Amino acid sequence: MLRILRGSAQALAYAAFVAFIGYFSASPSYTHTDPDKALIRLSFSHAGAPVRPCRRLTQEELAQLAPNMRKPMDCPRERLALLVEVTLDGQLLHRGSLPPSGLRGDGSSTAYERFTVDAGRHSLGVRMRDTPRESGFDHQREWQIDLKPRQSVMIDFRSETGGFKLL
Amino acid sequence: MNPRSVVRQALERVESGFDAAFGARLNPLYQLGALGWFFYWIVAVSGLYLYVFFDTGIERAYASVEYMTHEQWYAAGVMRSLHRYASDALVVVVLLHLAREFVLDRYRGARWFPWFVGTPILWLIYASGISGYWVVWDKLAQYVAVATAEWLDALPIFGEPIARNFLHESVLSGRFFTLMVFIHIAVPLILLLVMWIHISRHTHARSNPPKALAIGSLAALVVLALAYPAVSQGPANLNEVPAVVSLDWFYLPLYPLFDRYSGLALWGLVGGVTLLLALLPWLPPKRVSAAATVHLDNCNGCGRCEADCPYSAITMVLRTDGAPFSQQAQVDDGRCVRCGICTGACPTATPYRRRSELVAGIELPQLSMQSLRDGTVAAVEKLRGDTKVIVYACDSAAARGLENDHTAVVNVPCVGHLPPALLDFTLTRRHADGVLLAGCRRGDCAFRLGIDWTEQRLAGLRDPYLRKRVPRERIHCVWAGFDGRAVLLREAAAFTERLRSLGSFKPGERGPAGAPAGTMVEN
Ligand code: HEM
Ligand code: SF4
Ligand code: SF4
Repeated sequence: MLRILRGSAQALAYAAFVAFIGYFSASPSYTHTDPDKALIRLSFSHAGAPVRPCRRLTQEELAQLAPNMRKPMDCPRERLALLVEVTLDGQLLHRGSLPPSGLRGDGSSTAYERFTVDAGRHSLGVRMRDTPRESGFDHQREWQIDLKPRQSVMIDFRSETGGFKLL
Repeated sequence: MNPRSVVRQALERVESGFDAAFGARLNPLYQLGALGWFFYWIVAVSGLYLYVFFDTGIERAYASVEYMTHEQWYAAGVMRSLHRYASDALVVVVLLHLAREFVLDRYRGARWFPWFVGTPILWLIYASGISGYWVVWDKLAQYVAVATAEWLDALPIFGEPIARNFLHESVLSGRFFTLMVFIHIAVPLILLLVMWIHISRHTHARSNPPKALAIGSLAALVVLALAYPAVSQGPANLNEVPAVVSLDWFYLPLYPLFDRYSGLALWGLVGGVTLLLALLPWLPPKRVSAAATVHLDNCNGCGRCEADCPYSAITMVLRTDGAPFSQQAQVDDGRCVRCGICTGACPTATPYRRRSELVAGIELPQLSMQSLRDGTVAAVEKLRGDTKVIVYACDSAAARGLENDHTAVVNVPCVGHLPPALLDFTLTRRHADGVLLAGCRRGDCAFRLGIDWTEQRLAGLRDPYLRKRVPRERIHCVWAGFDGRAVLLREAAAFTERLRSLGSFKPGERGPAGAPAGTMVEN
């Protein structure tokens, strides 16, 4: 009798253990984005223009440098921060300044943003300034899109292939 | 009572319930570390099997897992389920193991080492599990990949965002995926190494559960695997957000937080908790007495203390004092937990010695053999009546209030501290009519091996033996622990009754042939 009782208690303990494991290994499910919405991501890497244009050194300046360092042009290595704006149906969705990477600020700037938006037709715009200009933008694009629920699109930028692209 | 005592009492109650069902030897709560090892091996073996059929390229990975799950459900499919469920079981037993060591205060002082090493173990377990969900390349993998990458990108270490590799088919990086497969194999191997370091200071570490428990756990996991097989959640599709996913809450409980808090805030949280955990053994540090000390005059280099020390704190080294023995014992203070088990093992710890001063080869300075013997004699001298009982109670036994006019209590750090010769002396010199050893619960000695060694010494199976002339029915062991006051009181009363019927000790008195050393109480 006692053996049966103990055996059942053990079986119960094993069953409870694996039931606990089986259940929480895949439930309850988790909704991290509204399934009726769509997702737009902005992701690219791009180096802004140098902070100043290159400058030809004067003879005196050249003479002051060590002989092996004498180059006629002085080019700064630091890059400008990029200014990026994203608009949806004419409304500003995001505006950000992207500092260059690297300890000396001489690397590319990196953008990574995500926007959850309603599904349906939209006009999506993006623009970027990567030169020292005071106003306006150097690159811009606008697309008419029809997003399905859960659809995910990505705005990329490649300077070699002509700027912004919607993937 | 302080909060830890309350929690400890509650824990022992739950464990006593498991004792009733499983018996002390098979109680899974005493075997959490060993079960961790066992689940690790199940994961390793099933993983090896899956690797045979798994395609490590990002284009074919999903299809190869689908093939295993559906076409070969009876073999690779079961292996896949075992791989997942044993990984989950590993998390469960390790978290319980950690909480238990904490509640029982077995992580401070010289025991900081396994705790401290346990902290990176947690990271390695989680890195193994998360990379495992990544390599299936289904919708959950897609979610895990992007969320993990975004979290890593919150740290200003990586030049290009890692997340970019998983955002669109045109930028998807097969090389990064293959790197994840490599990580999923390499990290568990590092985990194995660190698990080994974790128990490297334990002698006779319980890294294998008892066979019945191993078979039971494996059978239960196989039943789960057949009844509720692990499946994928549809192929990853980077043009679509995996908006709703079934999470493994054992490995991915933090992921929902990624959507609510910034990556940096979560790094702060996780880093802070890790740091706190790693430093816990010193918050506050344990106040400790002096470590065991070797008295060379009395050490004959026999090596028994080294064999019995549960924490590898003793090494035998070359003799330094010119005595005619080749070796001597040496204690590493940093590893010594002050249990005194070495004194119990030392053949020179005998109260019969004629020397004016009683000093054993190895002793705890705060409780020398001399003071233990004198304390015993003084305690029984106060007793009245013709049935006198001396109780040796370890620090974890609930011996408060056990004293009465015929019962005296002497405290020792661990029952393993008692040399059998002391029990011999107490009984055959008629200081007491009976000796009761009150210890931790059977199967869960606070100093790991104290109960085992004591029982083996009393039964004549381990040096130093209790001599044959000592009547075994006058020694009674009660393994009832911190929460076992009621049991202890009941057993002490019954033991006194039995002693009363035996009368006082007569030299040459023999108990029933082959009688076990005392009774074990399994409650
Ligand atoms: C893969 C994960 C782990 C495994 C397989 C494991 C296994 C073990 C084993 C087999 C023992 C020896 C038990 C004995 O023989 O008495 C042990 C002891 C210990 N473990 Fe773990 N462990 C793991 C993780 C952890 C973690 C994460 C912590 C805490 C942060 C931890 C804290 C401890 C402590 C403090 C002890 C010493 C107990 C004592 O001195 O009696 N362990 N572990
Ligand atoms: S008291 Fe003795 S047996 Fe216990 S840990 Fe220290 S050296 Fe080892
Ligand atoms: S058990 Fe005693 S005599 Fe033997 S080596 Fe250890 S201290 Fe020396």
